[in-house]
Amino acid sequence: MISVVVSEMAQPLVKKDDDRDDEMDYSPFMGIEKGAVLQEARVFNDPQLDARRCSQVITKLLYLLNQGEAFTKVEATEVFFSVTKLFQSKDIGLRRMVYLIIKELSPSADEVIIVTSSLMKDMNSRTDMYRANAIRVLCRITDGTLLTQIERYLKQAIVDKNPVVASAALVSGIHLLQTNPEIVKRWSNEVQEAVQSRAALVQFHALALLHQIRQNDRLAVSKLVTSLTKGSVRSPLAQCLLIRYTSQVIRESGISQTGDRPFYDYLESCLRHKAEMVIFEAARAITELNGVTTRELTPAITVLQLFLSSSKPVLRFAAVRTLNKVAMTHPMAVTNCNIDMESLISDQNRSIATLAITTLLKTGNESSIDRLMKQITNFMSDIADEFKIVVVEAIRSLCLKFPLKYRSLMNFLSNILREEGGFEYKKAIVDSIVILIRDIPDAKEGGLLHLCEFIEDCEFTYLSTQILHFLGNEGPKTSDPSKYIRYIYNRVILENATVRASAVSTLAKFGALVDSLKPRIFVLLKRCLFDSDDEVRDRATLYLNTLGGDGAVVETDEEVKEFLFGSLDVPLTNLETSLKNYEPSEEPFDIYSVPKEVKSQPLAEKKAPGKKPTGLSAPPVAPTSTVDAYERLLSSIPEFATYGKLFKSSAPVELTEAETEYAVNVVKHIFDSHIVFQYNCANTIPEQLLENVSVIVDASEAEEFSEVASKPLKSLPYDTPGQTFVAFERPEGVPAVGKFSNTLRFIVKEVDPSTGEAEDDGVEDEYQLEDLEVVSADYMLKVGVSNFRNAWESLGADCEKIDEYGLGPMEGLTEAVNAVISLLGMQPCEGTEVVPSNSRSHTCLLSGLYIGNVKVLVRLSFGVGGPKEVAMKLAVRSEDISVSDAIHEIVASG
Amino acid sequence: METCPAIKNILLLDSEGKRVAVNYYSDDWPTNAAKEAFEKAVFAKTQKTNARAEAEITMFDNYIVVYKFAQDLHFFVTGSDNENEIILASVLQGFFDAVGILLRGNVEKKESLENLDLILLCLDEIVDGGIVLETDANVIAGKVASNSVDSGAPLSEQTISQALATAREHLARSLLK
Repeated sequence: MISVVVSEMAQPLVKKDDDRDDEMDYSPFMGIEKGAVLQEARVFNDPQLDARRCSQVITKLLYLLNQGEAFTKVEATEVFFSVTKLFQSKDIGLRRMVYLIIKELSPSADEVIIVTSSLMKDMNSRTDMYRANAIRVLCRITDGTLLTQIERYLKQAIVDKNPVVASAALVSGIHLLQTNPEIVKRWSNEVQEAVQSRAALVQFHALALLHQIRQNDRLAVSKLVTSLTKGSVRSPLAQCLLIRYTSQVIRESGISQTGDRPFYDYLESCLRHKAEMVIFEAARAITELNGVTTRELTPAITVLQLFLSSSKPVLRFAAVRTLNKVAMTHPMAVTNCNIDMESLISDQNRSIATLAITTLLKTGNESSIDRLMKQITNFMSDIADEFKIVVVEAIRSLCLKFPLKYRSLMNFLSNILREEGGFEYKKAIVDSIVILIRDIPDAKEGGLLHLCEFIEDCEFTYLSTQILHFLGNEGPKTSDPSKYIRYIYNRVILENATVRASAVSTLAKFGALVDSLKPRIFVLLKRCLFDSDDEVRDRATLYLNTLGGDGAVVETDEEVKEFLFGSLDVPLTNLETSLKNYEPSEEPFDIYSVPKEVKSQPLAEKKAPGKKPTGLSAPPVAPTSTVDAYERLLSSIPEFATYGKLFKSSAPVELTEAETEYAVNVVKHIFDSHIVFQYNCANTIPEQLLENVSVIVDASEAEEFSEVASKPLKSLPYDTPGQTFVAFERPEGVPAVGKFSNTLRFIVKEVDPSTGEAEDDGVEDEYQLEDLEVVSADYMLKVGVSNFRNAWESLGADCEKIDEYGLGPMEGLTEAVNAVISLLGMQPCEGTEVVPSNSRSHTCLLSGLYIGNVKVLVRLSFGVGGPKEVAMKLAVRSEDISVSDAIHEIVASG
Repeated sequence: METCPAIKNILLLDSEGKRVAVNYYSDDWPTNAAKEAFEKAVFAKTQKTNARAEAEITMFDNYIVVYKFAQDLHFFVTGSDNENEIILASVLQGFFDAVGILLRGNVEKKESLENLDLILLCLDEIVDGGIVLETDANVIAGKVASNSVDSGAPLSEQTISQALATAREHLARSLLK
């Protein structure tokens, strides 16, 4: 007790906490310092080892590592060497700490050799604990060559009667499969035996490894699942695995859901398992089945409903999260849970409450909206912004579903817009209002006024400018545009320069589009000429001089309107990079040199749950770094510099199997009258150097193409990828297709792996690559439009072409939709590429840019006719009737 | 989805969010700075919740985090957002209870730092490279405390400390009953 008091007096209390203050600052590692501990580690070298002392020093080292302290290479090596001495001690406790620190130090290959023999001795020890741990350590630090030496012991260990040893070997096998698959695959007999183990976790680990060994063999996986689902799996974890594998088999086999359904029956039987994790895994698997019917869903929904009223937050969360997902596709199936959901709105755990609310918003019907909104209003005040955003997004989709209810939903949005909140939250609300204005014509005038009121007192410059821009587009089309002017001009008086400048542009738009307002707008714009900011003055001057009429009521020229307010037809990021690359010279910057390709969304974006394209900005534009890189690469090669602007580069197409000696893929670059194949080659053999690498292309099955240039690669050393090119000419503007066969030709030289020097003499050799096809989709750029309906209307019916096609028997609408999308290579719009399960008809909207920079929009209507017969109506609008015809031709011949 | 359940990390932090012991099994956080940022975010997000009676759960940045507090210690287990929440919770429970057994019920920061070797061994016995090794707290604690999974080990390999540890474990179990 005395010592406690002393420490309390010596250490001023700096922390306040709920429990005993007197011990707060005490830590056995107080004042620990790396240098001192490294000094202490010298005890490892003592001839008479003090096991207790050594254990303590290792703990200190581990503490430092765990706190993120970095050891230099020298320090780590030194510690490692002295630690190896500790294998002399027979103390079991010390040995365990030695195992731990070796794993943490992750020694290099030449260091590993020093402990190998000690560890191999432990692997054959009679003490099970030694065997299990030595296996885990050795497998963690080993490389392929050593693995073959210890393989025999590992195979024995897998079937060891001690479950800890068996598990250690199996788990190590799972890790090693990533680096040395061919070795681990040889163990499948032992692993199979271990699957039958009586020990629960051995079974789990064995099943995981066995499945990974066989994962590329569908038939084997299916057999495995069939035999195991008959019941010999004991561990709940193994059961969860089996459920995952079962749903994989169901998904891949595409077995129709009628008749005998052993796999579904197995999933359903798991709903009655005694372990909660198995019940939940099965329920979740059922809800995620493709084309699941309401009848199949019901038992899963019932168990999830029970979880909703569990006392454990984890169960409630798991259940409500799953039901929330089900509500997207099968809202009716979830309505039974609505009463339980409503009680979750007041859940202590705000994640659960938010999920409950958004589920209710998805399953609610028109009559329950008002009641729900009342509950949410109370709820909104006490959750964090991130949850509020989720709710706002749910309300937006609800409003789109029940447009008649826009009034109460719009009111809700405008109320929360007035309350406190961060930028992301406010942005979500503004985006939602904008989308509602666009999609529900009745909501327009009210919504615009809500936005006007918001910018009167808006602290976020970004939102103010976006709303002003939007007002400029929508305001002039309303019944009484003049009522917005006051709000806009107030910004010119009250705001910062950025907002003022954008308010000036908005005023000018009103002036250009509403002729009757023009004289008054001119008065306002003239006042802006005296602004303190030059951007504001410049804009005002520009508009006053271009809108014309000197303030009289006249119509503004179409050309002027297009110049001032027309949309930029290139992605902004592309323009930005082009401008950065532009070097000031006599030649003016040419906007037509900016590439127009919009890269598809990176995967990470899709993963984000519930994220939709935002309303204000144009369709999200991802960085176009690869396109830029291609363009820079190609224009640097003199042979290709004359081909003009790059229209499109395809994604890389693999021309070799994985894990072959030479890995080659090809990128197709499309120019106006040329096509360039860029072969990316990699040499995976350390003992070889390739020289003079080229690809011999046989174009006999591609008659319209003629080879014009080939650029070989001088040398291709091990592990340093390089490119070789072949260029073809083709008739201009014609979307010629064809098949090309490729052969890699090169001179191979032996390399001495120890010195890295190549021999002088080489041998000429060839390597057959897979064929490459140029298809119609290569001539189509994926370019999205933000509002398909507007774009469709504005293209007009002049160059429209409509026809109907029978697609013949198809597995489902999803397959049909995907087939047509990939055939045309166009960008699906507004999420219409997703077919709701069980639907009998579907409409899919596509947009793109055809070679020659012709804008194309496609409206596809699919319907299921007879037994699996899919029919399709194809409507094409474009800027050129011949292009519309060409699209139909692609579909007809595809 | 066809993958084995995977644990992204296990964290043991104190009541100010500082590390007591942490283990990462995923490349999602390549640097120590990234790890610390994650710990800070998790701590800030969960600090005000009451996770003492039952394990709590939250989701952010596409991770699921289950957590439980005892005195001045905060236990966390993280998985990806498509992981089975209940599996994560069972790992957390195994870790939490095993620490309770190993610290003889004194689950607090000082005690855990004084027995950091036991905590680190405990983490080592629960998860190997992201794969769940064991979730039964008694088995985990038994493996750590007895320093041997093999009761039939020859006497020559048994040490006094091992015997003591075994005795300690038996005592702990009887106290907890």
